[in-house]
Amino acid sequence: MSEMKAVVNNICKEFGNDRTRLMDIVRGVQEKLGYVPPEAFELIAEKAHTHRVEVESVVSFYAFLSDKKRGKMVIRLCDDIIDRFQGGEDVAKALSKELGIGFGETTEDGKVTLEKTACIGMSDQAPAMMVNDVMVTNLTVEKIPEIIAKLRETEDPQSLVTECGDSNNAHELVRAMVNNNIREGGPVILSNHRRGGGLRKALTQTPEEVIEDVKGAGLRGRGGAGFLTGFKWELTRKAAGTEKFVLCNADEGEPGTFKDRVLLTERPDLMLEGMTVAAYAIGAETGIIYLRAEYAYLRAFLEDVLNRRREDNLLGINILGNEGFNFDVRIQMGAGAYVCGEETSLIKSCEGTRGDPTDRTPFPVVAGYMVSPTAVNNVESYCCAARIMDMGAGWFSSIGTARSAGTKVLSVCGDCDRPGIYEVPFGTKLRDLLQRVGAEDVAAVQVGGPSGQMVGPAQFDQEISFEELATGGAIMIFSNQRDILEVVEAFMEFFVDESCGYCVPCRVGNVLLKSRIARVRNGEGSPDDLAYLHRLGESVKRMSRCGLGQTSPNPVLSTLKNFRPVYNALVRENTTGRLKSFHIMKAVEQASQIADRRSEVFHA
Amino acid sequence: MGKPRVATTSLAGCFGCHMSFLDIDERILDLIELVDFDRSPIDDIKHISQRCAIGLVEGGCCNEENVHVLYEFRENCDILISFGDCATMGGIPTLRNNIPLKECIDEAYRDGVTVYNPKNIVPQDPEIPLLLDKVYPCHEVVKIDYFLPGCPPSADCLWAALTALLTDKPVELPYELLKYD
Ligand SMILES: Cc1cc2nc3c(=O)[nH]c(=O)nc-3n(C[C@H](O)[C@H](O)[C@H](O)COP(=O)(O)O)c2cc1C
Ligand code: SF4
Ligand code: SF4
Ligand code: FES
Repeated sequence: MSEMKAVVNNICKEFGNDRTRLMDIVRGVQEKLGYVPPEAFELIAEKAHTHRVEVESVVSFYAFLSDKKRGKMVIRLCDDIIDRFQGGEDVAKALSKELGIGFGETTEDGKVTLEKTACIGMSDQAPAMMVNDVMVTNLTVEKIPEIIAKLRETEDPQSLVTECGDSNNAHELVRAMVNNNIREGGPVILSNHRRGGGLRKALTQTPEEVIEDVKGAGLRGRGGAGFLTGFKWELTRKAAGTEKFVLCNADEGEPGTFKDRVLLTERPDLMLEGMTVAAYAIGAETGIIYLRAEYAYLRAFLEDVLNRRREDNLLGINILGNEGFNFDVRIQMGAGAYVCGEETSLIKSCEGTRGDPTDRTPFPVVAGYMVSPTAVNNVESYCCAARIMDMGAGWFSSIGTARSAGTKVLSVCGDCDRPGIYEVPFGTKLRDLLQRVGAEDVAAVQVGGPSGQMVGPAQFDQEISFEELATGGAIMIFSNQRDILEVVEAFMEFFVDESCGYCVPCRVGNVLLKSRIARVRNGEGSPDDLAYLHRLGESVKRMSRCGLGQTSPNPVLSTLKNFRPVYNALVRENTTGRLKSFHIMKAVEQASQIADRRSEVFHA
Repeated sequence: MGKPRVATTSLAGCFGCHMSFLDIDERILDLIELVDFDRSPIDDIKHISQRCAIGLVEGGCCNEENVHVLYEFRENCDILISFGDCATMGGIPTLRNNIPLKECIDEAYRDGVTVYNPKNIVPQDPEIPLLLDKVYPCHEVVKIDYFLPGCPPSADCLWAALTALLTDKPVELPYELLKYD
């Protein structure tokens, strides 16, 4: 008890007893104690000048936080459909067998807790899992006994890394077995460039001119929605307020997306350069990188990059001798919540509360972090901005299509020979990409992850761009061997798990969509069910508050549109009016046992 | 040709929906100009005697008899309407859905503080229908054509829906009739 007190006191003090740093405080407590004991809630609340319920609601909201004692080592196996199709289910069984516990349980010796989690950003080296912060990739059933034996012996997850991955993955502050798998670079981001070139040029211009350049280049946000970055910066600059903020969205929660992982590993300076350009353009002095908890293994490395930039006067006071231009950046760790990639939710999380999205008027550009004007952009967007400064708006807009300038860094996973990172100009045909990644017999491609759309061969001649096939980066490939509706059901399960639960259409609607898909998959559906799925999907889209619910029905709606024959083959016209999915004998089974007699009505 | 027939029933409901139906007051005289009533608690006819144009169902299904009745309605009615929140969503009875059936029965018949049950038996007379594992809204058991929400739906709402169906007009209920807060 007194140990707990001391830990809480120290950590709260470390973060200035500041309630807006609650995320860091509870993360710190968990790091020290293995969990956040309910007895600590009151203490933390007292120290950080907030209420017990605030602390509890943070702990209960995030998947990686727990108020129950857990093992010294927490194994989190990726449960995404990509991993499942690559043997993840057998790996899960092997883990369970080797440890002698089920998922959600802890071994008796208190050493290991076993859990499942959504995509951890390793889809190109699936199946994958995390042990505490350590990534373990390319799992096979055969490897499991050895892995578990080693963990039992060393109690140090890092001992699993016997061979580091390529490039910065082998950096002494990373030392991960992760591989970049960069298959094709492009001119904007994954090519060679001068460090700091963009920032230096930006500082020779006025902030207004910088914004004009970014607008002129036609840069659109790379996080998915494609909002014009220059316009966003202009709105933030013009918004009333003395303090402004630059936030970098490195939450990368969309399953199948892992390009920011690679950019954070290989282009952190470019990203920070872009953030610094943004700060200059907007008039901001503080920046935050919101780093998803899954990428904690990159944290020390990124802190080091920040320190080097401070030393080189690329961050800090009077940057590059520019009198009055001050900017510094801190890293905010997430704690396992997909919805925190949504910008208002991300801001809430940075402010130390649950990641509940908020209504989007006012927009963050007017009232964001700490109710001040805030520009939230994706990692890749900042990288692009830095390159635009260096190479010019005209150069950038000459790449890509009319309404989608530049290149897109794609993360390709699933059924193909060469999964990994491809930087391609916008306008690249999907068919062309599929050929380059070595994908044959492709039945379907999920473009943009679960919140995007599932397309079939009829759409393969469309191009990757905001006009046709928009994606935040994810390209998930499914061969003819795969059951499309299994994928849809898995995606709906993801949304059910990740909904913040604030609004009914999303909280309830996704559950209903998922169970109706299951009915159809069981062969118990009728054409009425398809009409229902369509209607409900449209309602959830229209009636939900944030982007999560507004896109969550997409797996259902896009497959209803593009894979209708798959559905049609599964449903039968209902001629009796009785639903096949209702099984009376099963429904009375329990009561029949309790009363120790058969059904008088239905037992023939 | 005779008048169209209407059947009604209350399954796992509280009869509140039927009471609300009776709140159409003197309009019931207009209604019986339009229709003949078949099976219904209102006339106490126990089984549907001929094909009906409309079946109105109050309450969801909590036991096997509810399912049996609902099947009879589905088989014999052209249009089946779930009316009231219990029928459309399961309603209050679904509060038991998160509790295992055995616990419900033990609490009600064996362990409850006011229970006197020296033989420690549970209801098992064949006359008593077996409970279902959980309470189901009607549309999870049979195909339902129309849903009228509300606890209960107002008499005006029921009246508007019925008269529209009986006079072959589209069922377009104004917002006020479906708004409950
Ligand atoms: C549920 C949800 C999750 C999101 N996750 C991310 C994410 O992981 N990374 C990201 O950059 N944008 C994500 N977004 C989009 C952000 O809300 C925001 O639009 C984006 O960060 C803006 O940056 P950009 O204009 O540079 O793309 C997400 C949106 C929603 C609705
Ligand atoms: S749409 Fe879903 S995630 Fe977004 S606020 Fe509503 S419940 Fe939360
Ligand atoms: S909906 Fe309301 S009034 Fe109707 S049966 Fe249920 S509880 Fe009673
Ligand atoms: S890590 Fe498993 S799908 Fe991304």
